[in-house]
Amino acid sequence: MSDVHSEVSRFLERLKERCAERDRSQGREPSWIAARRQAGAARFEALGFPTRRDEAWKYTDVRAIARGDFALTDSADFSPATAAALTLPLEAHRLTFIDGVFSAALSDLGELPSGVAVLPLSQALAENHEAVGGPLGRLTGVDFSPFSALNTAFMEEGAVVRLAPGSVVEKPILLQFLSRSGAKPVMSHPRILVEAGSRSQATLVEHHVGESEAANFTNLVAELMLDRGAILTHYKLQEAPLADLHVASIHVEQARDSRYTSFNLNLGGGLVRNDLISELNGEGAEANFYGLFYGQGRQHIDNHTLANHNAPRTFSNENYKGILDDRARGVFNGKVVVKRDSQKIEGFQSNANLLLSDRAEIDAKPELEIYADDVKCSHGTTTGQLDEEAIYALRTRGIDLQTARGLLTLAFAGEVLDRVDLDAVSERVELAVAGKLPERFNLAGLVEASLALHDE
Amino acid sequence: MASQEMEQLVRREYKEGFVTDIESETVPPGLDESVIAFISNKKGEPEWMLEWRIKAYHQWLKMTPPSWAHLDYPPIDYQAISYYSAPKRPEDRPQSLDEVDPKLLETYEKLGIPLHERAALAGVAVDAVFDSVSVTTTFKHKLHEAGVIFCSISEAIRDYPELIKQYLGTVVPVADNYFAALNSAVFTDGSFVFVPKGVTCPMELSTYFRINAANTGQFERTLIICEEGAQVSYLEGCTAPMRDENQLHAAVVELVALDDAYIKYSTVQNWYPGDENGKGGIYNFVTKRGDCRGDRSRISWTQVETGSAITWKYPSCVLRGKDSIGEFYSVAVTNGRQQADTGTKMIHIGEGTRSYIVSKGISAGRSNQSYRGLVKIGPRAKGARNFTQCDSLLIGDQCGAHTFPYQEIGNSTATIEHEATTSKIGEDQLFYCQSRGISEEDAVSMIVNGFCKDVFQELPMEFAVEAEALLNVTLEGAVG
Repeated sequence: MSDVHSEVSRFLERLKERCAERDRSQGREPSWIAARRQAGAARFEALGFPTRRDEAWKYTDVRAIARGDFALTDSADFSPATAAALTLPLEAHRLTFIDGVFSAALSDLGELPSGVAVLPLSQALAENHEAVGGPLGRLTGVDFSPFSALNTAFMEEGAVVRLAPGSVVEKPILLQFLSRSGAKPVMSHPRILVEAGSRSQATLVEHHVGESEAANFTNLVAELMLDRGAILTHYKLQEAPLADLHVASIHVEQARDSRYTSFNLNLGGGLVRNDLISELNGEGAEANFYGLFYGQGRQHIDNHTLANHNAPRTFSNENYKGILDDRARGVFNGKVVVKRDSQKIEGFQSNANLLLSDRAEIDAKPELEIYADDVKCSHGTTTGQLDEEAIYALRTRGIDLQTARGLLTLAFAGEVLDRVDLDAVSERVELAVAGKLPERFNLAGLVEASLALHDE
Repeated sequence: MASQEMEQLVRREYKEGFVTDIESETVPPGLDESVIAFISNKKGEPEWMLEWRIKAYHQWLKMTPPSWAHLDYPPIDYQAISYYSAPKRPEDRPQSLDEVDPKLLETYEKLGIPLHERAALAGVAVDAVFDSVSVTTTFKHKLHEAGVIFCSISEAIRDYPELIKQYLGTVVPVADNYFAALNSAVFTDGSFVFVPKGVTCPMELSTYFRINAANTGQFERTLIICEEGAQVSYLEGCTAPMRDENQLHAAVVELVALDDAYIKYSTVQNWYPGDENGKGGIYNFVTKRGDCRGDRSRISWTQVETGSAITWKYPSCVLRGKDSIGEFYSVAVTNGRQQADTGTKMIHIGEGTRSYIVSKGISAGRSNQSYRGLVKIGPRAKGARNFTQCDSLLIGDQCGAHTFPYQEIGNSTATIEHEATTSKIGEDQLFYCQSRGISEEDAVSMIVNGFCKDVFQELPMEFAVEAEALLNVTLEGAVG
């Protein structure tokens, strides 16, 4: 017990230092922020880090985080050349954060349409903290998990996106989180806040990437509010270094006729845990969750999704694909909840996993919790290997074994990737999946064959 | 829709509810070592059995009741339960039906199970458990000829201590869970089946459980062992009289299948579900597990669960032997305020093991039902295969249906499939039937029976008929 206690108090100690330092350098914070920090810290202290006895954390061990000694940083120095190489080749409104610290130098917002605001959280707070105080924390209190409590206690930086009613952002909004390798691992607790006004439309790209030696801890909370008829497409491309630790919870609130589409594409990170929760509060609201995770080495990737059908005539649709190699471990937990009297619901869930190695493991748990009777809900989950007959079929057409296996693996991922509209993102994932395939795969041949197939 | 008629049907009082007045020999409520010693003494058990029970009791004291199930019930006061109740005169137990207390026969009569008739006509040996003591065992001699042992567990403890010592508690260890530990400490009866090498049991074995005498918890312990190449089909069915007090039932069933053995275990459970406000009704906390120890062995669970206020039951298979097979077929029906959290666990350990799960849940009224299952593929289970299908049918807008399937897959050669759907009876299906002159009620019954067909066809003949009838009684009028 004392051990657990010291883990928690190490984090609280760090918080106290940070707050004292901030008060000295920047003066007192607005009282509501200080109060929330306190609430977050108290909640975190009460909960402690989750253990595998907690149902939601049954398959994910967070001791690597709990036992870590993470510093906080104020520096946003990053080699521009490295950053350029890591940045997605996208024409986008870009905000960049280095270990959670905003980097003006690496950001480029370009010209935003009128009625659209994209700004770092610190700036939004400085300009008008009261406008932030309303929506911030509305979707997630400190109770959701110890990590969201921790985020509330530490939260300093992040991104605020405001879309006026009817506004349409053509170019994607890119939020880039770069992880830097340093002498000491650092932690960051970014907060993303999106307020999409009625009938507004935008594409948000959240990109986590970094220097390959980095071993930092990111604890992100996102709150996305979709007003009537708003359409938000949210890409989360996880390419963090293999020693990085990443915990995130994404809370979505959907009003009538709104549509939220999430692409959770996970390639990197040593320990990754995502909680994606959508509250379908208005009739006609629709949530689409698409996911792809590729694990190798000793990566551990845990995705929890939850669609809460709180209103009648709401729709959710989910498709998660997992490819696991070496000793990687994947966790998928998808849940659909239909509240009493939420009739005429459609909720579909599908999860398919491909195990490429004997030591890879997948723990899947698709759940349905239904309290209404006029519903159509289903879930399916499969785990298996590449289809020997499909491999055989390709080989009879003169394609060698390695290429055949590679092609089929890519095709398996393709079901999700085909839905990705941003070429820069899908290419990145395709290359990564192909590039990550074990060396016995004939890569050059694979890419050629793939291109040839595309041309046809 | 003639909803009033429906209402009436739904409200129909429990048909099997009546209390037979037979003087029971009952210990006062409460549990301590002396009660356990009393039970053990009553059963004429050897010293080692008492020690085993006491050990289990101490284990139980250290444990806490599970809280993870999707169930809602007030905490159970284990000191308010009487742990032993037996029909009087245990010493001069009847040897044949003629000697059986006529009142007891009357009870069976009311249930529509004429024991002698059933035994004679259907050729089924019946080990009737009336409360806690096996009152009568038929066809024992015929079974004896085949070398099959079929007796109450108490007799087995006295007569076959070596087998009991070898197998009891090896499939469900004492510390497995809270209710299994409690059962290990206080079990009073149950069945013991031993089928020796190469023998196919000449008839289907059946036990009718009956809960009687208010306030007594029923703690059955069943152990079935099939040696190499042996086969047996075992039927378990239950009804219970109506009463006010919640009754606790915490049974443990252990199955052991050696090389090439096949055990088929079928259950029809129709215990008192409580009245329309959920008052009364049986609490059913059962641990059932089969161990496919031998290569190519096969264990098959089939259950039809229509009764009980609360069901907490996960018949499981541990697939240890190479190429062994585990099967689970379940129909669970809940109505009124019933709650059921049921499912299965398939633990694949051996190479080439296969498992097959079909679960059909029907919720009506204000009931809540969950399927909770685990498919675990161990690193050595090369080429393991699982198929799971769990479907829920919702009748009425106040009920709930939930699925919590866990999959833990640690082997790339495994192939796992899971499918689940939740829906209600389609208006168009009903309309189709009605337009052809089938009454709404018949149409519902037809659709529901069709929904459950995959499971019913796994049941032995007599049970399948009974199950269909039960289903209709439980559900008739639930649509409205």
